Amino acid sequence: MKLFKYLIFGILFGIVMTKSEVISWYRIQEMFHFRSIRLFNIIGMAVLTSIIGIALIKKFDIKDFNNNKITFRKKEKLHSRYILGGIIFGLGWALCGTCPASILVNIGYGYYSMIIVFVFALIGTFLFAIFRDDLTKKKL
Amino acid sequence: MIYFITHPWPFWFSGIMIAAVMFMLIFNGKQFSFYSNFRTICAAMGLGKKFKFFNYKWKTQIWNLVFLVGAIIGGFVAKTFLSIDRPVKLSKMFEKDLANMRMLPPRISDSLFQVEKKKAGIVSLSDNSNTVSGTRVINKYEPEAQEMLSAGPVLQPDEIFGKEAATSLKGFLILALGGLLIGFGSRYAGGCIWRHTISGLSNLHTPSLLAVIGFFIGGLIMVHLIIPFIF
Repeated sequence: MKLFKYLIFGILFGIVMTKSEVISWYRIQEMFHFRSIRLFNIIGMAVLTSIIGIALIKKFDIKDFNNNKITFRKKEKLHSRYILGGIIFGLGWALCGTCPASILVNIGYGYYSMIIVFVFALIGTFLFAIFRDDLTKKKL
Repeated sequence: MIYFITHPWPFWFSGIMIAAVMFMLIFNGKQFSFYSNFRTICAAMGLGKKFKFFNYKWKTQIWNLVFLVGAIIGGFVAKTFLSIDRPVKLSKMFEKDLANMRMLPPRISDSLFQVEKKKAGIVSLSDNSNTVSGTRVINKYEPEAQEMLSAGPVLQPDEIFGKEAATSLKGFLILALGGLLIGFGSRYAGGCIWRHTISGLSNLHTPSLLAVIGFFIGGLIMVHLIIPFIF
């Protein structure tokens, strides 16, 4: 089964998110109060590891498992949507202490009230679809 | 080894593991992009007929939905098999902040509480600490008693995610608003935290830097200017 490995990756991801405590509301609040550097450290470590990994892939032109060239996202133009969308997302992130992924990990953990957050995140995505053309036209 | 499994992982291991998951996806020719699942689910519900935005080949994204199901299972596995339900250990300074917000810090879980109670041999609380025929009596005002005798949430505050809070109107609105902001904002910014930080910043992608700055501005506004008035 080709899709099965993604289930395993997902499980691993859920475990990592839980064990690193990044799914905890308390931890997110603590970070924004600048009372602990744990989350900054985790994010920083993840970025550092990725920078090294991506640099190695680029330098040695490493192929993926299907022997295809690894392509990275194309450079997008700077646009006000990144900062505005970022701020809107940040508000929700700090209010509920969850990023999209940790909503789901939390549901698995047993915090079923996160289902409300999940449903409204879908509605939020839907709202974006309605206003998309107006929102993405304006350039920075 | 058991200690390592059951306790929160050190930051460096957590960070490396998160990046490792991204690389596993990259080596399978996929992009790490969890928030796309929201769009995929909307498309799978048939909204593509009415909205161009949801009209795309969402079936190519099924792997991501499988990943999402995995993440749910992962949360369950971590709770059930890999933890001893210890409360999140916060800094003392932040516990004071919580008290100012009239919120309780994370506490020991119910099941563990029963075990600890038995171990400590506590049968009752009184105004004085003493030992009566082999069982300890703890002064209820001592910090030790606070720690051992109040079971509570381990990871998330009951004030927001508990049954009572989530079913009250205010609590429901908080969760709903949070969800809306997350769903709308991540779509508008073209990515969630991990997408913009690990796969964006590490690729020296300037829009991602902008988005990450936005995340933090939004978060700081919420935590310092809005949350104090909600609770």
